[in-house]
Amino acid sequence: MKLQIQAHSIITPASAQANGELVLSNDRKHPFNLFGKELYRYLSIQYPKFFKMDELCQLAFLGTELLTTHIENWNGDKVAIVLGNRSASLSSDKRHYQSIADRDNYFPSPAVFVYTLPNIMLGEMCIRYKITGENTCFMMDRMDAVFLYTYVRQLFEEEQYHYCITGFVNYSDDAYVGELYLVSSQKNTNAPLSRGFDKNFNQIIF
Amino acid sequence: MEELKENLKTAIIEALNLEDVNVADINDNEPLFGDGLGLDSIDALELIVLLEKNYGVKIENPEDGREVFQSINTIAAYIEKNKK
Repeated sequence: MKLQIQAHSIITPASAQANGELVLSNDRKHPFNLFGKELYRYLSIQYPKFFKMDELCQLAFLGTELLTTHIENWNGDKVAIVLGNRSASLSSDKRHYQSIADRDNYFPSPAVFVYTLPNIMLGEMCIRYKITGENTCFMMDRMDAVFLYTYVRQLFEEEQYHYCITGFVNYSDDAYVGELYLVSSQKNTNAPLSRGFDKNFNQIIF
Repeated sequence: MEELKENLKTAIIEALNLEDVNVADINDNEPLFGDGLGLDSIDALELIVLLEKNYGVKIENPEDGREVFQSINTIAAYIEKNKK
């Protein structure tokens, strides 16, 4: 089975890029909670729930927005998500802990607690894009391209997926990166990228 | 009562991260869930916490929330009636 990368997005503290092209630069070095909102507005997205998400979910959400602009024949049943992540939901975990640490001022926030799982990130992506295929997030120190490639390839071979979103999305209080790839078994003439999906898929040089 | 409603709207906007909503956008009689502000079940839980944290008012039975959280008017009336 021939698999192709059809789109790529990367969001770092420096910028947001899609398919090797700069979308928005973070020249003012805003923290993610500001840069993410700036990018949301720049992309003219209308999805108020975005503001309720924690930073990890916002990062994955925005990365997916950048990734899916040119998709043809999008059918959520035929889409899977396979991600890697290092810090899980640690930032939200800490925020939740802070809200319950003082027994005399004990007001745990349901809106924070609901994000104390990295799988919620997958859920937010699935809700937005009506994805009902397999979705999973593996813990890894950094993007393990060989592992992700092997898993995604096997998924395509065993299931009849048309697309898989894969990559590494990690948010911690001092660093973040959202690097996503849209892999497809389908021909798509509008795809901005078309390069083979292999064990070095993350070593794209534009 | 009017001051309470204004404070309540500000607190709700902040607590629920209603980024694109201003105090002036919320009508006192407007439904908060469904067609109104479009709040969801997590928001309802957050409102229960907000009432206790900011006003010392408890909603012991979450089922009561359906009636209390109909609008700013109903929340304000509940606070007035139950605050200590």
